Amino acid sequence: MSLLTSLARLRALDEGIAQPVATVRHCHLAERPMVFIPLKLSGEAAAPLAAMLGTDRGDPRLLVVPQPRNRDLRFAWAAELAGVLLPYVEGFLGDTETVERRNADPYERTVDAPQIIVPNQGGMAFVRLLGRSTRFRRTDGPYPVPESVPLLGRWLTYFAERAAYPGSSLMLAATDELGRHWASGQSSLEDANLAALLSWITTGPSDDAEDPLVWPPAGPATDPGFDAEVLAPAIEGGSPERVAEALRTQLEPTWRLMWQAIDLLAGLPEGASVAQRWEQDRGSFSGMAAHVAEGTPPQARRDGAVAAAAKLARMERAQAAYDVQRAYDDPLVMAEYRLTGEAFAGEVIETVPDNVEGEGRSRKLRPLVVIKTDDPVRLAPGTSLGTPQRRTQGAELVSADDGLVTVKITKGMGRGRTAAPGAVPEVGERVCYTSLTDDFQGSPSLPESEATPWTHGGPPQEYTPDDEDAQEEWS
Amino acid sequence: MTGLMREGDPVRRLEVLRGTTPPRPHDARAIAALAANPGCARRALMDGAGIDKDAAARHLGFPAPFGQSPFAITRGNAFEALVKADGCAELLRMLRELLGLPIAEVAYHDVENVGAHLRHAHTRALIDRAARDGGEGAPSPEAGAEATAPPATETAGPGEAVSTAGTLYDHPLLSLRIAGHTAYLEPDVVAFQLGGRFRIVEIKSFAVIDGQADPSSVAAAARQAAVYVLALRTMLEELGHDPLMVSHDVVLVCPENFANRPVATLVDVRKQLAVLRRQLDRMTTLDRLLDGLPDELTFDLRPDEDGRPTRPVAELSDALRRTTARYAPDCLSTCDLCFFCRDEARQEGASDLLGRQVRDELGGVASVAEALGLADGTRDPAEGQEEIARLLRNAERLRRECLT
Repeated sequence: MSLLTSLARLRALDEGIAQPVATVRHCHLAERPMVFIPLKLSGEAAAPLAAMLGTDRGDPRLLVVPQPRNRDLRFAWAAELAGVLLPYVEGFLGDTETVERRNADPYERTVDAPQIIVPNQGGMAFVRLLGRSTRFRRTDGPYPVPESVPLLGRWLTYFAERAAYPGSSLMLAATDELGRHWASGQSSLEDANLAALLSWITTGPSDDAEDPLVWPPAGPATDPGFDAEVLAPAIEGGSPERVAEALRTQLEPTWRLMWQAIDLLAGLPEGASVAQRWEQDRGSFSGMAAHVAEGTPPQARRDGAVAAAAKLARMERAQAAYDVQRAYDDPLVMAEYRLTGEAFAGEVIETVPDNVEGEGRSRKLRPLVVIKTDDPVRLAPGTSLGTPQRRTQGAELVSADDGLVTVKITKGMGRGRTAAPGAVPEVGERVCYTSLTDDFQGSPSLPESEATPWTHGGPPQEYTPDDEDAQEEWS
Repeated sequence: MTGLMREGDPVRRLEVLRGTTPPRPHDARAIAALAANPGCARRALMDGAGIDKDAAARHLGFPAPFGQSPFAITRGNAFEALVKADGCAELLRMLRELLGLPIAEVAYHDVENVGAHLRHAHTRALIDRAARDGGEGAPSPEAGAEATAPPATETAGPGEAVSTAGTLYDHPLLSLRIAGHTAYLEPDVVAFQLGGRFRIVEIKSFAVIDGQADPSSVAAAARQAAVYVLALRTMLEELGHDPLMVSHDVVLVCPENFANRPVATLVDVRKQLAVLRRQLDRMTTLDRLLDGLPDELTFDLRPDEDGRPTRPVAELSDALRRTTARYAPDCLSTCDLCFFCRDEARQEGASDLLGRQVRDELGGVASVAEALGLADGTRDPAEGQEEIARLLRNAERLRRECLT
């Protein structure tokens, strides 16, 4: 959290209403997102209890395990869930586009992709564990499950892993996304409560939000009071209808909140780089679909050393790119860098559009721009700069003192003797320059998996699902 | 009242604080949480006096936001029963594998079987004997217990002394000096002794999946285990033994993957021990806290015959407000009184409400109004606040520019 966000929180607390910390939406919102609210049995790692899900706010599906300790009923529930989620996921596979690649074969990318929205981080963790507990199941042998169950497990595992990838929108947690766009007047710990966070954003804080009788928890854990007084007697009673009705009362309020959260996010204009990140999501989704179609085995329990290092490096690059893109897309995010002196904005007061450097053949056009700024500039001369106003342009800091900054444009002003029209900002224009740049970073060179050094455990064993995986207890 | 009372009898004063409400013993969870917020005088006093904070919070109209689901309790109990079944046979198997020790036999003492008032003394006697025998007569584990000492042939019942083989002590009652007062711990824990080396075994019902568990659950378990290690070490030291006979590696027993099968892991709690020790040392002693309070101050709930509190809420609330709390959002998961203190922090407009991160970032600006005043420029920075004031004004300027 930055001082800017802290200030927004203070202001929210003082004014009794959440304050914006973004001016555009930084996540993709699907036309038809799949809202998924899972509930689990308290005290268990991933024993499903119920879920409310669907793409139509007027028509949620309620799936319930009437006796959560019964293993067969749990798998029946997983099969029901697969019956809703898999057609949704597979519905995006039909419509594809061919993507040409440099130094590689072209591939097919779906033109759209599924999007799952869960209430909070707990929901994400549950999706991961549910994926883990179902993807190794067998459709034959001692404890057979319907064919859709292990497939569901692989997809859920994929969504959960992709959600850890910075900037990905294939699976979102509502509280995380709201928190990225609004600062409430409560702590980030309390922001994990969807009802509380939404009430800060819409009407102002309300103690009702923390009352489980008014707003039941958004899962996956249920309210202990509800467990003791309603759910346990209903399960004991042995009536599946009663259990289902009890769980419906816990899920319906959250269902309404989820759509309210989606509406709030949809009310913000989409950031300029969102489509680009969604394109990467579509590519990743298509890759996963191809894996599934080829019949590759389910994701291993743990990554090998090389795979883990490669994944980490990819995630670090994605994080860096996500940070830069958000700053370029959103002046309020850029303001954080202006506050720390890594960016500055101001009015152009003077330009030398035909400034040149060097003589003869090495003579280069280097237009100069002088900007008057109130920002504290902490950049050294020679620093490479980028600007959100002209994203393809490169510049370099020449000097900065007393609120006057001179920059030299080095890239993206045309190849002629004079700068292309519009390439050099006009006097009076407001511009922003920053040392943050989304430069391509090469991936680190890692050995082949078979050549993993002994320091990292040596070559990992080839993963083959065994009977033990498939027969693992799920009690 | 006079100064005589002040010097003489802090214990009596703590009793006055608690009044007629029955005392409530500490558990390691409470101590771990206390150490997490050592600056909170209100909590230190209430815990020191053994006050039932949960009952107080309920009576004040701010019931604590946490309860335990019957499903979680059932599951926890079932798991513990499984691990301890047949004289801890399963636990013994895991200890053998985990520690690589040739534990041939194990004696099992359930200290809970003796009367509550005797448990602490009984625990002390058992541990003392084990430390003495283990330190002198018993072979070192490396030499092999079987080779030099005949193992006990049967699992000993409570009260029977078997000290040459491994020994498990279930429900030992330990004590720890907290803020100048002795707190008794009723740990849901087993202490294991072999060859004069003690280990704390903690049984938890959160799952370890593919070798990974929820980090916050593990951290909480490690903090609690550290309390037990410290308490056991203190006891040994008091008995004149080497406190380092208690290993800093605790044995954490959890269900593996999605099944009920237990798996044991060693967790190094040296870091938690260091934190705990430092914070217990640093904790303001209760005597000093009591000095600043009026003699007649009491947090008594005045329960009637049925145990229902009859104290007027406003009166209790005023009494509590005489002590200073140090609210932080972390309290929401650890302290029964959290909603009461949060409400108080709201009324005071304290920036503590927003969490430590914000508080740290504001660098010592305690109130919301003050911070916003500095940001708006309507308030002049006090000495030492110039830098944060400059940053806040800049931040305010940037926010305004971007939002209009």
